[in-house]
Amino acid sequence: MKKIKLPITSEDIEGLKAGDEVLLTGTLYTARDTVHKIFLEGMKDKQIPPIRLHGATLYYAGPTPGRPPRTVGSCGPTTSGRMDKFTPAMLDAGVKAMIGKGRRSEAVKGAIKKHKAVYFLAPAGCGALLGSKIKRAKVVGFPELGPEAIHELEVEDFPVIVGIDSKGNDVYESRVRP
Amino acid sequence: MRKIKAGAISDLVAKLCVEANTELRSDILRAIRAALKKETSGLAKKHLKMLINNADIAAKEKIPICQDTGMAAVFVEIGQGAHIVGGTLKDAVNKGVERGYKEEYFRKSVVHCPLRRKNTGTNTPAILHTTIVSGDSFKIWVMVKGFGSENKSAVKMLYPTAGEEEIIDFILDTVKNAGAEACPPLAIGVGIGGTFDHAAHLAKRSLLREIDKKNPERHLAILEKKIMDKVNKLGIGPMGLGGKTTALGVTILSSATHIAGLPVAVNISCHATRSAYGTL
Repeated sequence: MKKIKLPITSEDIEGLKAGDEVLLTGTLYTARDTVHKIFLEGMKDKQIPPIRLHGATLYYAGPTPGRPPRTVGSCGPTTSGRMDKFTPAMLDAGVKAMIGKGRRSEAVKGAIKKHKAVYFLAPAGCGALLGSKIKRAKVVGFPELGPEAIHELEVEDFPVIVGIDSKGNDVYESRVRP
Repeated sequence: MRKIKAGAISDLVAKLCVEANTELRSDILRAIRAALKKETSGLAKKHLKMLINNADIAAKEKIPICQDTGMAAVFVEIGQGAHIVGGTLKDAVNKGVERGYKEEYFRKSVVHCPLRRKNTGTNTPAILHTTIVSGDSFKIWVMVKGFGSENKSAVKMLYPTAGEEEIIDFILDTVKNAGAEACPPLAIGVGIGGTFDHAAHLAKRSLLREIDKKNPERHLAILEKKIMDKVNKLGIGPMGLGGKTTALGVTILSSATHIAGLPVAVNISCHATRSAYGTL
């Protein structure tokens, strides 16, 4: 079990291989379909996004609101595949790591290899458990999107598995029998 | 004529929304524990243990099992001797869902229009199915359906001569296509017969049944076991990372159909298959 402090470094990523179990501590930013679409359209017009993408770890998630005083409640991963078409551009913009669930496309794998990034899997369907690892949360972009807004999450020992490492090895390829 | 107050329906629906979202169904939990006993892969066992731990945390802290608190699919069975007063059934159900989701801080995941996609902010409308029966009873099942699994569901119109093997092949193809994205291990609801839409309705309705109890119709119970064994042989496993448990169970409902058709529907549901039942 590896422990990594965010923001994740190239050195951290270099030492990871598909299937490794990791505990992440630090800042994650939630971003799903609509935010990705907005970012890509913004890049065309050279707009500045509300968060610093360079070095960021994105979490594909739309949390439930929190019971006060918590800002978020249940926060498990959504299906990463829906963000595939936007991901190469996000990695071009400097995103270093992504957390979600499910397989990624060959184009995403190629972009991960090119940029020496990493894709993590969060335990699918464990929204309550993952929510309990979030120590602080606040909305930092697009509040009008409700659950799809960008949330800045401070997490501690957030359990993930390396899905695709910087060499393009895919945990799904090695494990799923046809 | 027994009077049933719309307000009482709303109260019950709100309560069932909370129960469905925070307390994992006992049959699903049993099925996960049974799977854990049989599982040999280390990573698969770890994930199944996490699911049990997750259910524990959800129930204790009263936070949703999954952040996708779903779209409400509500099934009402009302006796024709019962009479709803103080509002319509539809409004009563929607008010109940709205209240449950607001008071418990559940996610609002419903958009007004599939094209324009503005969030309704209330997690309504629910999808409401009403069956009128004899007597004056009122029974209601609230299912909260997440769309990670829903998006992997499918309907196929087979030829009437298709037979069991083709039905099974279609289900296996649907499960393979669902892969890791539907959060296996899965609960697989199957509808056979009826019309195109009725088969799909049956598939979802079948998920209300306890997943580890045998189908009351013997030939369907045999088919359910056959399908489950074949699905598990796919080896997709918990989280799609390999293992013996790809299905927690298979439930089938069938119906009369046309001489020229054999509609089959597969409603994929995840390990957080969530519903709650109540009566008035």
